Amino acid sequence: MQKLRDEIVAKCKALLEDGTVDRVIGWEKGLFDYDCSPATFTKENIDELVYNEYCGSNLSKYLVKESKAEGNVAVLLKPCDTYSLNELLLEHRVKKEKIFVLGIPCGGMKDEKGELLMKCNTCKGNEHKIADEVMDSDLTVPEARDRFELVEKLDGMTPEERFAFWQGELSKCIRCNACRNVCPACTCLKCVFDNHASGIDSKANADSFEEKMFHIIRAFHVAGRCTDCGECSRVCPQGIPLHLFNRKYIKEINELYGEYQAGETEDSRPPLANFTKEDAEPSVIYEKGRD
Amino acid sequence: MTKKEDVLIPKLGVVTDIRRDTPDVKTFRVNAPEGGKVFEHMPGQCAMLSIPGVGEAMFSITSSPTNKEFMEFSIKKCGCVTEWLHQMEVGQEILIRGPLGKCFPVETELKGKNLLFVAGGIGIAPLRSVINYVIDNRENYGTVDVVYGARSAEDLVDLKEMQESWSNIDGIDVHLTIDREQEGWDGNVAFVPNYVKDLGFTTDKTVLVCGPPIMIKFTVAGLQEIGFQTNQIYTTMELKMKCGVGKCGRCNIGDKYVCKDGPVFRYDELGELPAEY
Amino acid sequence: MYKLSIDNLNELFALIGQDSKVYAPIERAGQVEFFLWSVEEKVRLDALNTVKSAKGFFFPQTEVLYKTKLEGKKIEIEAAEDAEEPTVYFGVRACDVKSFDVLDKVFLSEPVDSYYAAKRKHGTIVSMACSKPADTCFCGLFGIDATSPAGDVVTWIVGDTLYWDSKTEKGEALTVKVKELLVDADDVEVKKQQTEVKEMIAKAPLHDLSLEGFGGDALDELFNSPKWEALSSACLGCGTCTFVCPTCQCYDIRDYDSGHGVQKFRCWDSCMYSDFTMMAHGNNRTTQLQRFRQRFMHKLVYFPANNDGDFSCVGCGRCLQKCPQSLNIVKVIKALGGKKND
Repeated sequence: MQKLRDEIVAKCKALLEDGTVDRVIGWEKGLFDYDCSPATFTKENIDELVYNEYCGSNLSKYLVKESKAEGNVAVLLKPCDTYSLNELLLEHRVKKEKIFVLGIPCGGMKDEKGELLMKCNTCKGNEHKIADEVMDSDLTVPEARDRFELVEKLDGMTPEERFAFWQGELSKCIRCNACRNVCPACTCLKCVFDNHASGIDSKANADSFEEKMFHIIRAFHVAGRCTDCGECSRVCPQGIPLHLFNRKYIKEINELYGEYQAGETEDSRPPLANFTKEDAEPSVIYEKGRD
Repeated sequence: MTKKEDVLIPKLGVVTDIRRDTPDVKTFRVNAPEGGKVFEHMPGQCAMLSIPGVGEAMFSITSSPTNKEFMEFSIKKCGCVTEWLHQMEVGQEILIRGPLGKCFPVETELKGKNLLFVAGGIGIAPLRSVINYVIDNRENYGTVDVVYGARSAEDLVDLKEMQESWSNIDGIDVHLTIDREQEGWDGNVAFVPNYVKDLGFTTDKTVLVCGPPIMIKFTVAGLQEIGFQTNQIYTTMELKMKCGVGKCGRCNIGDKYVCKDGPVFRYDELGELPAEY
Repeated sequence: MYKLSIDNLNELFALIGQDSKVYAPIERAGQVEFFLWSVEEKVRLDALNTVKSAKGFFFPQTEVLYKTKLEGKKIEIEAAEDAEEPTVYFGVRACDVKSFDVLDKVFLSEPVDSYYAAKRKHGTIVSMACSKPADTCFCGLFGIDATSPAGDVVTWIVGDTLYWDSKTEKGEALTVKVKELLVDADDVEVKKQQTEVKEMIAKAPLHDLSLEGFGGDALDELFNSPKWEALSSACLGCGTCTFVCPTCQCYDIRDYDSGHGVQKFRCWDSCMYSDFTMMAHGNNRTTQLQRFRQRFMHKLVYFPANNDGDFSCVGCGRCLQKCPQSLNIVKVIKALGGKKND
């Protein structure tokens, strides 16, 4: 991967030199081998850019902030990260004309223990869905498992078992908002949970209802827009499998409205924001909800 | 059950009088349910007022401690707590805790000094406490000048008290100003900082200034131009506060907690803090 | 010094539990936290750090201060009662024990926070020495000896034996209570382990950090450093670092309307949040750079300025492990500190 990293740096240098971009968003080395951080580079420090198997973070959300800053920016996106950018473009959250997307190949990303990240187990493939240029490499993504495996397991539980599972997981939540703040689909200017006027703003779970409410509302809000990038579960300090909420909705949407992958293209019509005569009747949804 | 006591637990107060001062400022008189004051304070100190389910916010105590019957708060409507306070009626109970923070050094540094008060808009609230304290202990202080300005004549808080009471006391000069010309106003028209400079005070005074941050900034700059030193100037700050006792961390700037180490600061002390206020 | 077999831990907890609550590192849904012990729980004394720190013993994430009710013009108010139940906190690591000193300086300084004080008074700390520090540990930087923690009782696990040494009056009282399970022991095994662990610590990746350049005197220079921009640029503005931190103690006071009265509660807050300093007419920290800087300046400069040079960090390494984007205090110390960190 060192060779690929060197090629990426050379490409970024060229982009900075010829004035295509003013900054590059990539990763820098951390204190150890496994804790690379997102970082912004200019001509002065571009040599500090790293790319290795510990660059799991999805950089697309930083483009929201970067779009408001002066100048143009190049961003390094792995294949799965490009879905998030498409979704952000679809929702007019970023300005494409200010962004140069450098697609970078991925061979699967690892956590601090050296194990494949959860999100990489159900990899979306080698293809960049949006890129101005894709770096050449013989890297190839890990083989994907069925991403609905665990959702189906949960669906197979009795309501009491399922409730106990989620109660156990969500009671670990410390309301740090890491899942929300990292989520490329969470780009509201003011989150309802930060808005005092909403009446449901809070910083701590006052009771067990609140710990569930936060996550379920969040999952509802990103339903149909979540690309299943897996950042929520990657960053959760408590290891709550938050992506299972999102996958449950994805599975339901697929079944009700036909297969849909958010972020596949930058001009798709999200099923929950689109009307077709083939849409499921409300009664179907009502009946399904009674299961 | 023994009633627990903690500085975070408020006491009950009753609103016994409400006076409308300006279109968006009301002055509330607060007594203990059994009469008298809920607690004693010194000029410049604050109290947390709260209403269950609405919130809690910090206000400077407008009345002078020499008033032995009640406390007063002049409050401008600008957030959810203040909006609630503005719609309440006489007889309403509220929760109150304090006194919080440090006072103006009326018994130490300010004693024997000639005093210049400069206030803008609702900034008169904390200074009114000091002015009335000084009036009630007249022999302890030298000359007193009050420069007070607001956007318009209607926005001058406690105008009546200034014109009818303060102006008639020996050694006290009140200088009023408004930002723009308006019908029926024959007084001065100027922004407060310019007016202070125009009045050309001698530098044998200690200055107490309170108002919008931008007004304070330009007033202090103007005073420095005419020879005042920053260690002759006191101001009182407003930042987000929750506990009021230097623990919750919101009003922390540098090594100071505004709620506990302030809100009253001498201007040269402020200069030592990071510019984050 | 005494010892007992770790096979007898449940008997020990049960005996303590006869008239106290017992909290211990317990695994639930894959994570280890301090939970109330019962015989069904899975105690994990091998886990180094709990996800949340031990600060919640005395400064819980949420706690009701008082209850109040508004009916027309009348208000009722009822203060919450003090916690008076004796509680034993078992298996607290050296860094977390040290964090209580930091918290004491805040909550026990005048005016004393009676909610914190009551819980502290009725709590007995049974600390546990570390036998296998992590890469992310750097408690030594703050003068903490992971092999010899403070606490009312200090314990060491060597093999399948738990060594027990009481250090305070509270610790003595607890020892008397569980005497029937303890047998006399010498400290040979403990000393041997301490030597081994100290060698490990001396070779740990973060063993040679330096705090040169920090402290109350460095305020202006550090505050104005141009390095904050790069240090904070990836910060998401979440509260993970502050919530897992054993010394972050900022809080919010809020109303919870239960429908039949309002609970005035306080909860952990984070200076990383945009509304931390937001008031009706403005906000004095509007950028994430300012908020990020505040957190570290507070720990490394402002707190020492007010507390005889003591830092508000104990080197537990939780922020290193948990920050979603791997930003942390060690990076700040390395970037802004003296040359010794190069």
